[in-house]
Amino acid sequence: MTVLQSRLNPRDETFQANSDHMQTQVDDLRERVAALREGGGKKAQERHLARGKLLPRLRLQALLDPGSPFLELSQLAALDVYDDPVPGAGIITGIGRVAGQECMIFVNDATVKGGTYYPLTVKKQGRAQTIAEENHLPCLYLVDSGGAFLPLQDEVFPDREHFGHAFYNQARMSAKGIAQIAAVLGSCTAGGAYLPAMADESIIVKNQGTIFLGGPPLVKAATGEVVTAEELGGADVHCRTSGVTDHYANNDHHALELMRRAVARLNRVKPVNLDLREPQEPLYDTREVYGVIPADSRQPYDVREVIMRVVDGSEFDEFKALYGETLVCGFARIHGYPVGIVANNGILFGESAVKGAHFVELCAQRKIPLVFLQNITGFMVGKQYEAGGIARHGAKMVHAVACANVPKFTVMIGGSFGAGNYAMCGRAYEPRFLFMWPNARISVMGGEQAAGVLATVKQDQLAREDKAMTADEERAFKQPILDLYEKQGHPYYASARLWDDGVIDPADTRTVLGLAISAALNAPVEETRFGVFRM
Amino acid sequence: MFSKLLIANRGEIACRIMHTARRMGIATVAVYSDADRNALHVRMADEAIHIGPAPARESYLVTERIIAAALDTGAQAIHPGYGFLSENAAFASACAEQGLVFVGPPTGAIEAMGSKSAAKHIMGEAGVPLVPGYHDADQDPALLRREAERMGYPVLLKATAGGGGKGMRQVWSGDEFDAALAAAQREASASFGDATMLVEKYLTKPRHVEVQVFCDNHGHAIYLAERDCSVQRRHQKVIEEAPAPGMTPALRSAMGDTAVQAARAIDYRGAGTVEFLLDEDGSYYFMEMNTRLQVEHPVTEMITGQDLVEWQLRVAAGEVLPLRQEELVLRGHAFEARVYAEDPDNDFLPVTGTLAYLQAPEESAHVRVDTGVQQGDEISVHYDPMIAKLIVWDESRERALQRLAAALRDYRIGGTVTNLDFLYNLATAAPFQQAELDTGFIERHQSLIFRQRQHDLQRDLPMAAFALFLLRQREAAPRSCLDPWSPWASGTAWRLNEPHVHHLMLHCHQRDVHATLEQLPGGGFCIDIDGERSQLRGALQGDELVFEQDGHRRRATLARTADGFTLYLADGACHFRELPPDTGEASENTATGGLNAPMNGTVVSLLIEPGTEVAAGTPLMIMEAMKMEHTVRAPGAGTVSQFYFAAGDLVDGGAPLLAFTPSEEAEA
Repeated sequence: MTVLQSRLNPRDETFQANSDHMQTQVDDLRERVAALREGGGKKAQERHLARGKLLPRLRLQALLDPGSPFLELSQLAALDVYDDPVPGAGIITGIGRVAGQECMIFVNDATVKGGTYYPLTVKKQGRAQTIAEENHLPCLYLVDSGGAFLPLQDEVFPDREHFGHAFYNQARMSAKGIAQIAAVLGSCTAGGAYLPAMADESIIVKNQGTIFLGGPPLVKAATGEVVTAEELGGADVHCRTSGVTDHYANNDHHALELMRRAVARLNRVKPVNLDLREPQEPLYDTREVYGVIPADSRQPYDVREVIMRVVDGSEFDEFKALYGETLVCGFARIHGYPVGIVANNGILFGESAVKGAHFVELCAQRKIPLVFLQNITGFMVGKQYEAGGIARHGAKMVHAVACANVPKFTVMIGGSFGAGNYAMCGRAYEPRFLFMWPNARISVMGGEQAAGVLATVKQDQLAREDKAMTADEERAFKQPILDLYEKQGHPYYASARLWDDGVIDPADTRTVLGLAISAALNAPVEETRFGVFRM
Repeated sequence: MFSKLLIANRGEIACRIMHTARRMGIATVAVYSDADRNALHVRMADEAIHIGPAPARESYLVTERIIAAALDTGAQAIHPGYGFLSENAAFASACAEQGLVFVGPPTGAIEAMGSKSAAKHIMGEAGVPLVPGYHDADQDPALLRREAERMGYPVLLKATAGGGGKGMRQVWSGDEFDAALAAAQREASASFGDATMLVEKYLTKPRHVEVQVFCDNHGHAIYLAERDCSVQRRHQKVIEEAPAPGMTPALRSAMGDTAVQAARAIDYRGAGTVEFLLDEDGSYYFMEMNTRLQVEHPVTEMITGQDLVEWQLRVAAGEVLPLRQEELVLRGHAFEARVYAEDPDNDFLPVTGTLAYLQAPEESAHVRVDTGVQQGDEISVHYDPMIAKLIVWDESRERALQRLAAALRDYRIGGTVTNLDFLYNLATAAPFQQAELDTGFIERHQSLIFRQRQHDLQRDLPMAAFALFLLRQREAAPRSCLDPWSPWASGTAWRLNEPHVHHLMLHCHQRDVHATLEQLPGGGFCIDIDGERSQLRGALQGDELVFEQDGHRRRATLARTADGFTLYLADGACHFRELPPDTGEASENTATGGLNAPMNGTVVSLLIEPGTEVAAGTPLMIMEAMKMEHTVRAPGAGTVSQFYFAAGDLVDGGAPLLAFTPSEEAEA
């Protein structure tokens, strides 16, 4: 294969400046993540510990195989969304290895608002279930939650994607042979009671886990019966009398050990059916990617400088290298897995779109996973291009990407604007995983363009009244729009709302993709059937 | 020469004899008990005959079975080794009756030396110097006491039938005499069925120096220099050496001549050892004569360049002694250290266990290891818990001693407690290096020899955590051959946007340790234990751990033992095991706990009838293990419905002993 050669000099001043700029953004990201670790704060954690319970991250640690990586999802969920902070939306989700198998793990954080479900908690749990379903990952639920967050019930309960969908997902996944295992490590009230009840196997901790449809206060209000939580729905009730749970655990560690054993009994083999090679590190340090990305996002750069810092041995066999050059397509390996890479290297023209569609077809035909490196301001506009049928060519690529049934992975490494987002497998095109770099921006168009468009509309309106804005007035008109786009286009804003699966350190791109691709291969790669391409 | 030899022994001496026989082209026959079916000596022999159950009195000590084995296999001679039947005159005559050659002295010589007091009598008659003493049959305590007072205190009381330190007492004044006599008699009576005592002058700083003699059937006799076996604990030899430090040619030839004279006095043939007490003034007294090959014979072989087993076989076959006295050349200095499965900190109690890891120092012209066990073998309750004899040789005592210390340091044994540290402390103690030897050496220098090796926790804990981490990483290797390089199997504890921290719980040097390992950007790990940080990097290849700890690069061998791991470093060992998380399961079983055998041993007696209601703490049965009695008690009120063993049964450690049902009230 072709080994890519870098044209950048890490000692160059611009490279250094770029590197520092990215470092600042990564440092900020890590600081925010570090703050999330505190969960609901010291006091809540102490209360949790006083009950003999392990903190959520220690539960996770004890459940995972020693040394297992953990690909946390939606880490920044609910960041600065609600009036009160709800770190991580009160739940940890992610993929880790348990008993040698990649599993989707759900850990309620009872130190955050009692582990209750905010709208984004529901969305985060739902997203993890979707990933589990698409990639055939056994689901392990460590339940410790007070149920729905009642003040926001209208955003939690009624809609299609709301709380009830979790149990629907459990049933559908179970039907597909995707194991559902729950350990009740705390309360599990009302609707939440169905989580263990719907599971294939469930575990409960004595004197600690409780399951009931109505808690003691509700029972008293409804029937006058006075009963303790333990009598109502403790481990003894459910393991000896009701049969809601199957395994009786002495404590958290015991429950997690029982869960590990349950996974070990699944009789499941990961059906990897790809042409693998022993992985090789890239020839260039993955951290150098900091210096590749210009501090000024309007400066162009060669996306191959990113690719060579991600793929095995920096080897990349390009497809149609001399045609439609603003889209780079080619074959490579990541952690030994074959991938087709589609990466923006400028604005999308008709030729680039057609080339992209062709390449996506190739990968779908050969069942090679696709990786999209998104840095796109959009399709080319203008009379010549509209006449040339750019919408028709763009549609081909969008069609190919939408229908390709191979696992797709998207990393937003720069801008993600307009229809470019669609063609490059944005969220709406259901990539198995979608991650953003801290420097990325996402919106229907760039802030400048949006402000420009709106200003033009405004000027036209004023013109009809024979008025006009001065340059100062126009700047004042544009500024709030620019600010709004900057805020809403920021990866934290996007990630907080689950528009992606997480913001990642660019230096981790190779690792994250490797883990994601490997996890995705738990589901067999399906045949693709394309529809009608507009020719 | 014989064409086939039966070795009526086991362990290292059986193997040792087979080595020589094999070199001489003599076919070998081993004998074995149930416990030794897969033992090294059985595997080494050309053929082997099963002679009974594990207890020696039902196998290795049964004359008829051994003679039958020899006759069945067509062996012409039997080598008895040491111990077992080696000094059993009846066995020697039984061999002769069946036309088998007993590789040892004539029956008469064995008989003559069999009783210590009779031996002394004979030697006295032959003009061999004796320690002043009383050796007559009249056992009137008052008479014995008068005799003691005549010799002057201190005196030594000894059982005439004794050996191995049993039935032996030092008496330092008249006040102690009666009590000591009674105790010695009790012990002698229990051990040998004979309470007859002899009284001897007790030399305060005597050395135990013994002379190796050899006689053939043609009237030749020779002495092969001496061995100093002064370093003893409770009258058991620990480290022997040859020649004796400070020995002059004149004294050697005087003692040698006396030893030969003693051997001739009983018409001796073959290998024998005449033991003397050597006093500070150079006077020496006959102590006893061992009519067999000694455990410590290798040190003589090392300084003479002779193979004493070959000599034994030649003499037994009627050949003339290979050398004359004047042809014998001594060269250099040799030590032998006896490596035992025993606990020096617990009164040298023998210890059982599986030799989960066994790596002897490399053998060379300087280092010899005589052993009868291999890794994985068991040290059982049935036999002597010796693991090996470590023998070293060099041109001078000083150099040989340095080799001994180095070889002891390199000896790596896991799975059982051993006396290696004790031997090492002894070999490196300054008074030992200066050869200030006498039989009270160990007692006098206790503080030097029994010192606990100080563990460097700051060094060992992070090292153990690191080793455990590397082990885990190795075990995290992918399981699926369909996905052999999965990044999920990296073992890196990778986290998104967070430090990659490994958590390890381990038990090391009596401590529970929680260690965190964080991967450092430049490679290597920062290990944090209770806020103490150190930096490590390194790799585990096979069982070799090469690592750098805070700038100090070292290597260690990692061995898996029954309950964890041991890291052997150049200057000591570090044992650790992974601590499983507390899953609360142990507490579930307390009601029926404690009813498993605490160790391998024998059931002494059952104390209650099955079905009897008992209160908590009631003794239920008595087990004996390693010479210690252990009482099994009721864990709570309840009923024993059944005992799984009867008195006299052998029990494996951990085996359930009885079925116990807690009573209703106890449960409520």
